[in-house]
Amino acid sequence: MSANTGRKKVTSTGRAAAPAKRTSSAKGGAPAKAAAPAKGATRKRAASAGAAPSDKVLQLMIHAYAMEAEAAERYAEFADAMEVHNNSEVAELFRKMARIENLHAQQIRESMGWHTVPPPADNVYRWEGLEAPETADHGDLHYLMTPHHALQIARLNEERARRFYAKLAIDASDDEMRRAANEMSEEEADHVRLIDEWLSRTPAPEAGWSTDLDPPNYNTD
Amino acid sequence: MSAQAAATAVATKISPVTFKSDYKPIWCPGCGDYSVLSSVTKAFAILELEPHQIAVVSGIGCSSRIPAYTSCYGYHGIHGRALAAGTGLKVARPDLTVLVAGGDGDGYSIGGNHFMHACRRNVDMTYVVMDNHVYGMTKGQPSPTTEPDWNSKLSPGGTGLRVFHPLVVALAAGANFIGRAFSGDPNGTAEILAQAIRTPGFSFVEILSPCVTFRPEQREWKNVVRPSPVEATDDPVRATRRLLTDDGFNIGVLFKGDRAPYAPPMGKARKTAAELEEGFAL
Repeated sequence: MSANTGRKKVTSTGRAAAPAKRTSSAKGGAPAKAAAPAKGATRKRAASAGAAPSDKVLQLMIHAYAMEAEAAERYAEFADAMEVHNNSEVAELFRKMARIENLHAQQIRESMGWHTVPPPADNVYRWEGLEAPETADHGDLHYLMTPHHALQIARLNEERARRFYAKLAIDASDDEMRRAANEMSEEEADHVRLIDEWLSRTPAPEAGWSTDLDPPNYNTD
Repeated sequence: MSAQAAATAVATKISPVTFKSDYKPIWCPGCGDYSVLSSVTKAFAILELEPHQIAVVSGIGCSSRIPAYTSCYGYHGIHGRALAAGTGLKVARPDLTVLVAGGDGDGYSIGGNHFMHACRRNVDMTYVVMDNHVYGMTKGQPSPTTEPDWNSKLSPGGTGLRVFHPLVVALAAGANFIGRAFSGDPNGTAEILAQAIRTPGFSFVEILSPCVTFRPEQREWKNVVRPSPVEATDDPVRATRRLLTDDGFNIGVLFKGDRAPYAPPMGKARKTAAELEEGFAL
């Protein structure tokens, strides 16, 4: 990708930009996305080419930023909800995911040299669904959910993001856009793999995990 | 100027986070009201308002907790009386953007009369009802929008009662803006709310906001809602015809009128706050 801002030095992988927190440990294993390549790596890799990004790639990066920022915001909301309901283990995990997504958003912003984040064309984000593909639905939560459930939500989000970029790559009408979308898709695929590893180290929920002897709803039999 | 430079030049001045308070919402995980809160703050950001320019007024119920979760002026009032409080506030402080919020029980049952007359008076404010077809805070009793055949221990066999149609009532009573949104579409909801706030007069937005605890079947709403197939109209007759075939899941702006909002002439205060307080001395 040649989305060069001309302002930043680059690394070959983009990983050097990642702060130490990305390797911190978590209950159930290391945070899956922590070891993932930094978002923004694609821009940095090509920065030395010296060219400004095309309008299409610029729009791609604006959407990529929004995707990460929205995901971070949603995970933070999930963490708050879980904290209020004394599910501290899952709250901590969601908080961690929010930090990671925020970091990714920040990396995109820095690598693009954005002081303020530009709006999308016509002020409209073009997602396939109602929200950005990496944003989880509030309806997916349960107050008794386990870290395993939380990771499954995260995996689903990463997979949706991967498919989103992959489709953009397929539909791209020029090489620069195709290359950029493919790289983003590969990064998301890495995240999916890392979450799979994390899931394999995280105990699956026991049968009856949602059973509450004092349920809030006593209307149902 | 390159595309990037041009885009970078357009700054996002205010973020939705600006409008969120430090209090963590006390709602059930999965509740649609989280998304409504997000949409409300996004709408304020779209309009480039500042927290001190806004008052969020509510009644009683799960959704009526919302003022505490914003950084705006807030008023958590009494059951069903949010619109009365909001009306008074807007008339006294027309410079404020007043957003009144609550649930279907608070707004259509306990506050049903206020709802009608707020529409009729057409004071320039926005009323948001987070409709989940149930009284959640009090453990799941049927509300005015509960389906007649909804069976539960608290309503064995269902109420058998015809549901209340808030959009029809709002239109008949004179609301100047009527729309419906879905909490699962926070960005679309924010856009509708921004339009509602921008439109002078009384704006009413019903937001379908699932209660996953007492109405878990409402998780399916995301598969049922659809964008309204028609554009907003300013013709009440056309709007009425549309509502006759509405199944409650069409999302969008239904009606946008041009009726002038009620705005009484602002006189000078005849008494100070201290003098008024003396009248309440025991």
